[in-house]
Amino acid sequence: MNAEELAFRAQEMAERALALALEARAAAVEAVPVIEHGAAAAEPFLLLLTIFLLACFVGYHVVWSVTPALHSPLMGVTNAISSVIVVGAMLATGLGDSWLAQAFGFLAVTLAAVNIFGGFLVTRRMLAMFQRKG
Amino acid sequence: MSHTLSTLAYLVASVLFILALRGLSHPSTSRRGNLMGMVGMGIAILATLATPGMRPGGIALIIAGLAIGGGIGAVIANRIQMTALPQLVAAFHSLVGMAAVFVAAAALLAPQSFGIGVPGAIHRQSLLEMSLGLAIGAVTFSGSVIAFAKLAGRMSGAPILFRGQHMLNAALGVLLLLLVAGFVWSGSPALFLLIAILSFALGFLLIIPIGGADMPVVVSMLNSYSGWAAAGIGFTIGNLLLIVTGALVGASGAILSYIMCKGMNRSILNVLLGGFGAEAGGAAAAGGAAQPARPVKSGSPEDAAYIMRNAGKIIIVPGYGMAVAQAQQVVREMADLLKKEGATVEYAIHPVAGRMPGHMNVLLAEANVPYDEVHELEEINPEFAEADVAYVIGANDVTNPAAKTDKSSAIYGMPILDVERAKTVFFVKRGMSSGYAGVENELFFRDNTMMLFGDAKKVTQQIVQALQK
Repeated sequence: MNAEELAFRAQEMAERALALALEARAAAVEAVPVIEHGAAAAEPFLLLLTIFLLACFVGYHVVWSVTPALHSPLMGVTNAISSVIVVGAMLATGLGDSWLAQAFGFLAVTLAAVNIFGGFLVTRRMLAMFQRKG
Repeated sequence: MSHTLSTLAYLVASVLFILALRGLSHPSTSRRGNLMGMVGMGIAILATLATPGMRPGGIALIIAGLAIGGGIGAVIANRIQMTALPQLVAAFHSLVGMAAVFVAAAALLAPQSFGIGVPGAIHRQSLLEMSLGLAIGAVTFSGSVIAFAKLAGRMSGAPILFRGQHMLNAALGVLLLLLVAGFVWSGSPALFLLIAILSFALGFLLIIPIGGADMPVVVSMLNSYSGWAAAGIGFTIGNLLLIVTGALVGASGAILSYIMCKGMNRSILNVLLGGFGAEAGGAAAAGGAAQPARPVKSGSPEDAAYIMRNAGKIIIVPGYGMAVAQAQQVVREMADLLKKEGATVEYAIHPVAGRMPGHMNVLLAEANVPYDEVHELEEINPEFAEADVAYVIGANDVTNPAAKTDKSSAIYGMPILDVERAKTVFFVKRGMSSGYAGVENELFFRDNTMMLFGDAKKVTQQIVQALQK
């Protein structure tokens, strides 16, 4: 393929991308009133369920792109981020007006913190090994 | 911090978590990905600390909890040996499960913190979500504790089976559903406690019949559960970040479980029902007693060194036995010497080698083996035909050619590494015992196989010494 042809192809692709972008913008503008209307009408639960299902799809696609060699670090990272449950634990500790709820919250914060630091740091150690070349 | 602002912070954290997983698509981007995960977590924690209405006493407790837990986690992460990684991950899963149980309890006691009602009058729907988070969290906790004990050798890895086991589990499952229904209807703390206890028992009972070598599936599955537990709590307290992250982790664990099951050609149900290898082992032992012993060729490390010195292409096939013998370092030394002799050396990894997904890759990386020499099954299988030597160390079932031909074999249909196509196969092994599946390996009796009896590390060390001469 010579340079001229390459440039021509690139231009063609750029034009197509532009057209797609314009279409996407138009679609988004149309979608706004629908979403606003829907959000007002639908229960918050349905909204959360929608987010949940979309996140499942995102997770599905992202995880299939993970190289099998890094499946152990993947477990380390997912382990660490699942400790985001610390958010619920912190709210219980900071806002709770029963000492028992606060105590449960405190225990949960502590357990989740072990996991956050442990998970990210052990993953960092694993990944550092994959950087060195023999 | 206003509600909009904190929601925005949670959204940013969600995106950073997705990018953290995305980074793992290649070793070169993985460290940046991990860093993004850390930043995301930092943002989530700061945004939560800035929630309006936080009491100073509560904030002090939170910081104390973060400091204590964080300190413990950091020390563990820096001290743990890479061979102990599978049990560490199992232990970490149990913590997420327990944290979910505690948060559910706190939400029951102080629902107004999360805007889901007042004590004694919590919204029905929130009670349902709460009981799901609680039950999944509790199953994750006790299941992970058993997985940890099996992986760490604190209890036998053999399946624990008893009569009526599956009936009992099914009955407990039905009872659990009834309790959840009762709890949603009444909101009674006593039922909450019963659900917790029953779920702990169920997690325990679900994992004990599963054997040690099926732990990659179990660890992946518990990984998935810990995600679903987080998502359940996210629904309970109406938090977007928990829901998104829980879904990501849940999907990740589910995919890993699927990959592991496919690597063994077994259904997830077959793995979960447990007892694999126990029956087949008995049958093989009975059959083995009736047959006369078949002849095998065995050789010394010096013989192996001589053949390998003259080989052009060598493929090393590591398995769990290499991890047990801590032989990864000396294997790499052997590979270095062979490369100096002009040979090309590559590594072949079966999807279920080791005790967790990617276990062998981490161990080889720890021993400084460059990752571009390490290959997955589909990638390397065509290359065995061109290889002069296949060096099988600590793997067994995954190399058994019977999986391709013998329909009566317990491992029939399992994808295997085609080591028998290499000109010479060295099989490092302590004795003639069967692998986990309880099936005798056909490979031992092939003409091109030479058994190297002994400890994986010692045998490899002797080869290294012979090569240095």
